[in-house]
Amino acid sequence: MFEEYKDKVISTIREGMPDVEFEFSEFRGELTVAFDKAKLVEVAKFLRDDDFLRFNYMVDVTAVDWATRTDRFEVVYNVFSMKLKFRLRFKVAVDESDLQVETVSGVWKAADWYERETYDMYGIKFANHPDLRRFYMPEEFEHYPLRKDFPVMGIPGSLTMPKK
Amino acid sequence: MGLEALLKGDGFITTTLDAVIAWARKNSVWPMPMGISCCAIEMMSVGDSKYDISRFGSEVMRMTPRQDDVMIVAGTVTYKMSHVVRKVYDQMADPKWVIAMGVCTSTGGMYRSYPVVQGIDQFLPVDLYVAGCPPRPDNLLNGLMQIQEKIGKTRARDFKNKKQETATVVK
Repeated sequence: MFEEYKDKVISTIREGMPDVEFEFSEFRGELTVAFDKAKLVEVAKFLRDDDFLRFNYMVDVTAVDWATRTDRFEVVYNVFSMKLKFRLRFKVAVDESDLQVETVSGVWKAADWYERETYDMYGIKFANHPDLRRFYMPEEFEHYPLRKDFPVMGIPGSLTMPKK
Repeated sequence: MGLEALLKGDGFITTTLDAVIAWARKNSVWPMPMGISCCAIEMMSVGDSKYDISRFGSEVMRMTPRQDDVMIVAGTVTYKMSHVVRKVYDQMADPKWVIAMGVCTSTGGMYRSYPVVQGIDQFLPVDLYVAGCPPRPDNLLNGLMQIQEKIGKTRARDFKNKKQETATVVK
């Protein structure tokens, strides 16, 4: 399915959203596209609603901490089109100075908990999210464990334990 | 069988009440199955007909801590879960014992990372550690037999001067 639809998917996205700058890349039969985070919801809606594309299945939301880059974080979304049997990964760069991305939980309901998980692990805030709480870690925990500057064994005293 | 042979002679035996209670106690150890992860699967097979924990009088795994004597903590305990484990332990009636089953529970095991408690003895008084990842059912049975031995040795005086444990209040 990949080779068959690849070029059509790329051209459809480019033509459908002409005012957005897309950067496509391909690796081992997987298509990835990067663009500006300001256009996120707009593009997400297009990917879901376009008659040809129909990316109707939100597979996963996660993030990458590049540590030394100018745009430190990258939020990664994986979507799947049940109509085309086609997988697409799109990502937006987020800098530490403005740790905020608009939520796509209004576009795909499934993104709700994925975004909570990403927030819990990386501290990236998803604006207008319906319920942005900690996902795995306790509510009073103050750190973000999957960031590169977080020590593997944690920060002593940051997690509570009952008294003996 | 054994007991009748003893009674055949004079029809009575002399012993201490302490010893009788300890004997009864050690042969009816009711476990609290605190199955948190994969060790729980091995704990379940201890209950099946092949290994058969009921040979030791421990087949009644009660899901309520109020009826249990020994808590088998089987699985990785995270900091978040530690409060729950302690709460369940606090609800068990005295006298009570704890078996730490498997390496995760005993030392954190292969989970040497931030969310996992590196050994439940940091917040619970552990009586026995069962080694293995996960331990084979035979090994857990061995642990149970050893804790029976320990229970059989307890006497009333052991509890007399015991400091009243202050239960932690988990809000």
